Amino acid sequence: MNVLLDCSGLTVRFGGLTALNGLDLSLKQGETLGLIGPNGSGKTTFFNALTGLYRLSAGRVRFDGREVTGAAPQALYDAGIARTFQRSRLCLALSVFDNLMIGNHRRLSLGMAFNLLQRRSFEQELRAHETRARALLASFNPGLPDRLYDPAGELGMIDRRRVEVCRALIGEPKLLLLDEPSAGMTHDETHELMEDILATRERQPGLSVILIEHEMGVIERVSHRCAVLNFGEKICEGPYASVVSDPRVQEAYLGAE
Amino acid sequence: MSRDKPASILPALLLLLSAGIYAFLFLHAEQQWEVAVLAILGVAAILSAGRLGISGQVERSWRCSPVLLGWLAMIVAAALIYLLREDHFSLLMVATLLLYAMVCLGLNVQFGYAGVVNFAGAAFFGIGGYTAAMLAGHTATPHLLILAIAGLLSGLIGSLLVLPLLRTRGHYAALITIAFAILFRTFLEVNDLLGGPQGLKVPGISLLGWNFNDNIEIDDETQFSFYLAYALFSLVLFALAFLLVRRLERSWLGLSLDAVRIDETAASVFGFNVARWKILAFSLGNVLAGVAGAVYAMMTGFVAPASFTIAESLIFVSIIILGGVGNPIGILPAAALVVILPEKLQFIQEYRYLLFSAFVILILLFKPGGLLPRPLRRYFAHWGKA
Repeated sequence: MNVLLDCSGLTVRFGGLTALNGLDLSLKQGETLGLIGPNGSGKTTFFNALTGLYRLSAGRVRFDGREVTGAAPQALYDAGIARTFQRSRLCLALSVFDNLMIGNHRRLSLGMAFNLLQRRSFEQELRAHETRARALLASFNPGLPDRLYDPAGELGMIDRRRVEVCRALIGEPKLLLLDEPSAGMTHDETHELMEDILATRERQPGLSVILIEHEMGVIERVSHRCAVLNFGEKICEGPYASVVSDPRVQEAYLGAE
Repeated sequence: MSRDKPASILPALLLLLSAGIYAFLFLHAEQQWEVAVLAILGVAAILSAGRLGISGQVERSWRCSPVLLGWLAMIVAAALIYLLREDHFSLLMVATLLLYAMVCLGLNVQFGYAGVVNFAGAAFFGIGGYTAAMLAGHTATPHLLILAIAGLLSGLIGSLLVLPLLRTRGHYAALITIAFAILFRTFLEVNDLLGGPQGLKVPGISLLGWNFNDNIEIDDETQFSFYLAYALFSLVLFALAFLLVRRLERSWLGLSLDAVRIDETAASVFGFNVARWKILAFSLGNVLAGVAGAVYAMMTGFVAPASFTIAESLIFVSIIILGGVGNPIGILPAAALVVILPEKLQFIQEYRYLLFSAFVILILLFKPGGLLPRPLRRYFAHWGKA
């Protein structure tokens, strides 16, 4: 399989604080990587750097065979990186459909004349996107398409999270970044969501995923490989079983004896 | 899309009829107490219609045949204007209301959709007015073209503000527009070419050889007010601007503006070019304000710095907050409250700013969505949930 993402020496500094320090990480196409580490270890910083929200202080990123170091968020989205956020960033006042279409930005025709004058063609495009949105939502929860035109804020927690994942998926990214999808959910909901992620991967075998998660059960089931961060550095990488038994990892989580 | 029970067109027709009658009574009311009672009744009707679900019924009914009802609304408005044909003062108020509402449509695109605050609405309105004064006063430019140039110039001068606006957020962005409004007024006052503090005279509109400023003589006894032409012309402009804003909202453009307003970070992660959308909204809003300002100046025949103050800008902002930020329909009742009420109710004339401030505070406290809160986006009348 091809290497999709290749980061070397990623460093993000905020003034005197080094949030990410010389991180080397690569990911193959179709692979799921679990990213773990204590709070403040730099996991979300890594996502923010990958999506262009934070400027890199040093290091290089290659994505899909192209150099994308220092690219703007818009360019990285166009290249095929989509994400969810740890604290939900759905537009709660907008309908579920509108939220999905935000993730579908790549495919929307944004010409002035098309939108304002050619309302027939616009309606055709709208219908096509609606069909896709319904199908995607149904694959997560068969009840969701019925709520397509409800405000996203009226959904329950797990459905909101699903919509957020759908919003990231509908643009057909090559790399999906999931930032702690189980945050704020009950044990059962976490379990359901994990099944959703597995099912998505089955439908799209080419999709690469990086998953930040504190729920170790999720990491164990979903990821092919794990990387552990601590104080902005990668301390360990490998299959789940070997990573959790690594003394450095135990030290990072529980402290040295 | 769901197409269950077809709604009846009746509630929408009733609304149009009662709105027309109400507007006629209101404009004709002469006693101060009549005006006051009608105003209170109007606001109470709007608020209770929301409570009792009547506005929802009217909205569903309107969606049965939006095109027909849109034309009917135009006819009702035109009929109202015709009924007032000999009344200079009422026609002037109606035309002013429509032009102010047009500026507010622009502010609504800026603030309601893209989240770009603009406390210099009156300045852009004024740019339109001064453009009309200079071009109509000193050149033979056709007047329709003058309106277009006034809009473009207003949009162009607005783009001077784009850079600082893109680098700031919230209160700071608001301060920039306030600074611009003050600069604009000072610039006018010291500029002799533009008439200084005394301002300039502006010729009336003449289209295809028809001078709007001539009273319309029917026979020896009947004479229609020349404001009739301005009121009808303003109605057409407002309707076009309304259609533009409505379609903008009901398209991917409106969605993009919403995405940028609600969460810039998330929008940029999903590929939206935040700067581009803010520039589009800000310029479009200023163009609308500029065109309205040009018509207003040509109607009143006079522009002066004192008409384009911060206080006027605040009037525009309070109209969109009262009406419901993001809902172009809400602008009409709110503009009526703010533009017409003080003219009819003379005893509040002096306290009007105090009164509007009180209105705005009450609305923000008790009904933050405004008199008519913005509904969810519906790309077409027949689209989405019934």
